[in-house]
Amino acid sequence: MAEVICPENILEEIQLGELLPTVMEKKNAGMRLAQACAAFIDGKFELSYSFSDDKTYQLVTLRVVIDPSEEVPSITEIVPQAVFYENEMKELFGVKIQMITTDYKDKFYRIEEVAPFGPKKEDA
Amino acid sequence: MGKRSIIPYGPQHPVLPEPIHIDLVIEDERVIEAIPSVGFIHRGLESLVDRRDIHQLTYVIERTCGICSFGHGMGYCETMEDIFGVEVPKRAKFLRTIWFELSRMHSHLLWLGLLADAFGYENLFYQCWRIREKVLDLIEMTTGGRVIFSVNKIGGVLKDISPEHLRLIDSSIDDIKAELEVIKKTFIEDSTVQSRLRGIGIITKEQAHALGCAGPVARASGIRCDMRKRGYEAYQFLDFEPIISDAGDCFARCYCRLMEVFQSIDLIHQAIGMIPDETDISIDVKGNPTGESFIRIEQPRGEAVFYVKASGKPHIDRFRLRTPTFANLPGLCEMLKGAELSDVGLMVVTIDPCISCTER
Amino acid sequence: MAKIKKSPWLLHYDGSSCNGCDIEVLACLTPIYDAERFGVMNTGDPMQADIFLITGGINTQNAEVVKQLYNQMPRPKVVVAVGVCACTGGVFKDCYNILGGADTVIPVDIYVPGCAARPQSIIDGIVQAVELFQKRSDEHDKEMKNKGREAS
Repeated sequence: MAEVICPENILEEIQLGELLPTVMEKKNAGMRLAQACAAFIDGKFELSYSFSDDKTYQLVTLRVVIDPSEEVPSITEIVPQAVFYENEMKELFGVKIQMITTDYKDKFYRIEEVAPFGPKKEDA
Repeated sequence: MGKRSIIPYGPQHPVLPEPIHIDLVIEDERVIEAIPSVGFIHRGLESLVDRRDIHQLTYVIERTCGICSFGHGMGYCETMEDIFGVEVPKRAKFLRTIWFELSRMHSHLLWLGLLADAFGYENLFYQCWRIREKVLDLIEMTTGGRVIFSVNKIGGVLKDISPEHLRLIDSSIDDIKAELEVIKKTFIEDSTVQSRLRGIGIITKEQAHALGCAGPVARASGIRCDMRKRGYEAYQFLDFEPIISDAGDCFARCYCRLMEVFQSIDLIHQAIGMIPDETDISIDVKGNPTGESFIRIEQPRGEAVFYVKASGKPHIDRFRLRTPTFANLPGLCEMLKGAELSDVGLMVVTIDPCISCTER
Repeated sequence: MAKIKKSPWLLHYDGSSCNGCDIEVLACLTPIYDAERFGVMNTGDPMQADIFLITGGINTQNAEVVKQLYNQMPRPKVVVAVGVCACTGGVFKDCYNILGGADTVIPVDIYVPGCAARPQSIIDGIVQAVELFQKRSDEHDKEMKNKGREAS
């Protein structure tokens, strides 16, 4: 029988201001950005940045909860491959992400509807 | 310095079965930069969470992609089972593993065929697809579907495989293995194939890590990362080692996938040998759960991340699927920099792009 | 013209399909199912194609691409919609980015249902498309002849 490495996933809730330093910390620890996504739940954006350690199969998720009007700094300066994830968040949810290295300017998926997953017009 | 020009590549292109558009900034014959733009297949599948209930969603999510359909359905079910806090019966775990490995075999054989087609070896393409049909026959025999199986449900599987069929699978995959040995020889030893694949599109281990490559692309660059080692489903009982190569070029990616087909055959043998003789293949789950979960599984194309957030309503709040091709896109852009224009088609194929997964 | 009637060329385009139908279309062209025995041949060039095989629904971005491919094909032409998504939009009908089946932007002649469409039914669709193409070519010939007569 093979050895099984399956540590429990970790969820760290952090403040928006801590985002960049924490991402930097994870990157320096040799972790890989596994995914980044947004969710719009009860009038708030929940941003999740998941980092994976390929040696221990540990998944650490950073969770930032923000108001729709808040601006989020881009992590692409630290993790360049986040560019597609951030463009996706920006276009589908309308998360205000600043300074993405390659900003598709809401033309990533080129959909006609504006922010289909984000807050509805009348709520905003 | 030569003159720079931009060549649009795709969406409709003979080498691509699926539409992706890449703007290639080229200088003479050399690619300087590649800017992908997606959205030709964007459907907005994740938005269906508020129109379908949790059980119906299984079949919608399965249709994210027709090649790795089983894995997507299974990943979603696993995520929901994690939120419900239930454990599926052991036999269901083994059944899922067998089907999952069969779907990996068909996916890799399909890819090997497409690769052969991309470097102009039509005969090899046909041979790969001929062998793939035998795998599809096994899948059709046990599930009734060829590419979309629809046998997963939250809490287990819908169909059982009879002992006769298990024996038949056990012997058929040996025949498939014998035929694979022949095409393996061509892929590994043929000098034309070698000259077309060796040393092209190199991604180093550091690059692969920094760009977050997943699956065979990462393993071909020497990263020992296989989500099956997490031991979900029946993988905890099976003995295997991730297949790694360290060259990081197109040939290494081809080698990894080719050897993974053999690995899948071995895993199916192991699973059939160990499958428990039970009658329970699923448990009932009822109600609307609360919670959230991240689950990662190893799809044929690499690591897929499933995320579900539910809050006790009939409809879940958010479903998110990060597919392997999405993670491999930055790797592709890096690979294309400095490539010859004539190799672009080949390189796009070697990351095994699944655009409908990527865009959902 | 007489030879084209017997051997129309196929153009396959993946609309916004999940790949399931695409790989089945490809499987049709490989030797196990071998649609080529009915005289068709797969091509990547719309300008040489006679039968347009489309899989998957239409979304806002590929609508233009599909229209353009259709317009690039020489007349007469036949359109086959493969799979339930290309017919009506299928399971993705309710998604915000799906406009509907292939017939929302181009006229479709033959609908092949199924999710994913089985190779047998795809071949059936192709055979019907070949017949329809032959009929249309005859009509086209007649029309051209009449035009020629009027001109002289």
